[in-house]
Amino acid sequence: MSVLVLADIAASGVALATRQAVSAAQHWGAPIDLLVLGSTDVAAHTQIAGVRRVLHADAPQLAQPVAEDLARVLNGLADDYTVILAAHGSLARNALPRVAALRDVGMVSEAVALLGPHSYQRPIYAGNLLATVDNRPGLQVLTVRASRFEAAALNGHADCVAIAVPATEGRSRVTGHKTAAGERPELGNARVVVSGGRSLGSAERFHACLAPLADRLGAAIGATRAAVDSGYAPNEWQVGQTGTVVAPDLYIAVGLSGALQHTAGIKDSRVIVAINQDPEAPIMQLADYSLVADLFDAVPELVRHLQPEATA
Amino acid sequence: MRIIVSIKRVVDHNVQVRPRSDGSDIDTTGVRMVINPFDENALEEAVRLRERGIASEVVVVSFGDATVQESLRQAIALGANRAIWGQAPAALDQLAVAKLLRHVAQREEASLVMLGKQAIDEDAGQTAQMLAALLDWPQAVAVSELAIDGDTLHATREVDGGSESLEIRLPAVVSADLRLNAPRFVKLPDLMKAKRQTIEALDCTALGIDLSPRLQRARVETPPPRPAGQRVGSVTELIAKLRNEAQVIA
Ligand SMILES: Cc1cc2nc3c(=O)[nH]c(=O)nc-3n(C[C@@H](O)[C@H](O)[C@H](O)COP(=O)(O)OP(=O)(O)OC[C@H]3O[C@@H](n4cnc5c(N)ncnc54)[C@H](O)[C@@H]3O)c2cc1C
Ligand SMILES: Cc1cc2nc3c(=O)[nH]c(=O)nc-3n(C[C@H](O)[C@H](O)[C@H](O)COP(=O)(O)OP(=O)(O)OC[C@H]3O[C@@H](n4cnc5c(N)ncnc54)[C@H](O)[C@@H]3O)c2cc1C
Repeated sequence: MSVLVLADIAASGVALATRQAVSAAQHWGAPIDLLVLGSTDVAAHTQIAGVRRVLHADAPQLAQPVAEDLARVLNGLADDYTVILAAHGSLARNALPRVAALRDVGMVSEAVALLGPHSYQRPIYAGNLLATVDNRPGLQVLTVRASRFEAAALNGHADCVAIAVPATEGRSRVTGHKTAAGERPELGNARVVVSGGRSLGSAERFHACLAPLADRLGAAIGATRAAVDSGYAPNEWQVGQTGTVVAPDLYIAVGLSGALQHTAGIKDSRVIVAINQDPEAPIMQLADYSLVADLFDAVPELVRHLQPEATA
Repeated sequence: MRIIVSIKRVVDHNVQVRPRSDGSDIDTTGVRMVINPFDENALEEAVRLRERGIASEVVVVSFGDATVQESLRQAIALGANRAIWGQAPAALDQLAVAKLLRHVAQREEASLVMLGKQAIDEDAGQTAQMLAALLDWPQAVAVSELAIDGDTLHATREVDGGSESLEIRLPAVVSADLRLNAPRFVKLPDLMKAKRQTIEALDCTALGIDLSPRLQRARVETPPPRPAGQRVGSVTELIAKLRNEAQVIA
């Protein structure tokens, strides 16, 4: 019995979520192999503590794989494993359900707690409820909410094995990839997140108001769906049930109401701050610190006080 | 070209659901039910493809008890040509739904099956991918833009930190993101007309398909609440608290 973890694709080094997924995989107390795709830094992955072997699937089509190709690689390996696990990111969400279907087994999405060998806890109804789900014994296929698990250390020495990759089937291909590569930390694992809502009023104001605050705090910027749909912020900034789930030390919610679909994505934050002019807004009940204020006054004032050179 | 759109009937997103007192399931008595929002996007896109002459027919299908017929009538009022009610036990898991959709897609000789990227109740986001695997078709998941040119489908899909464009050959499975389009509203006269249309009933237990759930829901509970917060009176007080009490800023 052993566990196969699918590594996230990292531009350099190892993705934090991969280290967290490896530590989740320890749950079964069985040897852990890590599948690394394309030209990712394989050597770095061999250092993740607890990994027995790194399986390197190196083929051009796996640099940005379509689900069909990735599922075929995983399905080819599945006979040797009792668990196939990955962080709940877009790579695994795309491919793992295919693997489960090919194997005629169920899949558990975004487990937040691992209870038994095939029992899990996962959020349903936008995190309003927690369900305990039992999968059938046999091959377990699942994704985990990575931020719920400590990152595995980087002091290991795994072996590395190259594996054969079936040829691409050619009925689908990736023709482009757009990332908002910027200076800011990645939303999914930033230590501080500053999020804005509809009340920012325009893309210009969203940026003019929130960017200085994010700069001061070294924060990622997030947004509500209303802000994204109004064109104030790009899609990939959306936080919530249908966007990114974040778990920073500090989440600052600016001029957003705290709809259930939004708060589904922030409840794992250590400290939540809300700035809203409506004391009754749901976010004000959820927040650890709430400030009733006009954001256009409060945020610039915050920025001034956070000036590194501000004199006491 | 025929498009199948799957319709899941779910609890309205404005309703705050609660567990039953015994924790065995969700209490849905008397709760407002709607078409899963993502399925509305899938349906809207399919209807637009037909309106543009790219698709010839849009068939909607929903699996569940008799109440799903109401959602199917709404889907007809929104532009679907026909509806199939898959009579099935409530507790179908994603794999079972995918198997049933495969049956319908094959029977209807569909070129495209469109689903929601996730259902807002279970939030699994699996069914489309499972269906694509069972049919051995390519997939485009969480699609926010779509164009069809002959037997090629161009899609933009939302991925972590950005977007990806895909080119896939039909037949294919697509799952819709909310940003794919802005669904139209139902018009009352269309709803009245839809009431008179017959819905085909399909007995899912008579198809020889293994529908036994792989996943069993053992318990449902409310997550532990966050500790009550405090109101601060000023920006300076906020900064002091974040520094000294919460110690999350320097
Ligand atoms: C009384 C009751 C008991 C349940 N018990 C269990 C249980 O024990 N274990 C369990 O795992 N689940 C249980 N469920 C939920 C189960 O039916 C899921 O809803 C189903 O597995 C689909 O998962 P999902 O909605 O998360 O799929 P997703 O993959 O998130 O759905 C994606 C898309 O698939 C399509 N789709 C999904 N379901 C249907 C459908 N029925 N008809 C048409 N299209 C559909 C829709 O287009 C949807 O947008 C129960 C539900 C009820 C009402
Ligand atoms: C299926 C589905 C999925 C969804 N998924 C998501 C999701 O993933 N993420 C998400 O965010 N939403 C999601 N939504 C949308 C969600 O339901 C809400 O509509 C949305 O989050 C509201 O955004 P908002 O808080 O910016 O806007 P509003 O609800 O309009 O709130 C604006 C707030 O700003 C405050 N305000 C106004 N002016 C000022 C000022 N000058 N200073 C201070 N405060 C001010 C107001 O008091 C109010 O509380 C989803 C909805 C559906 C149906």
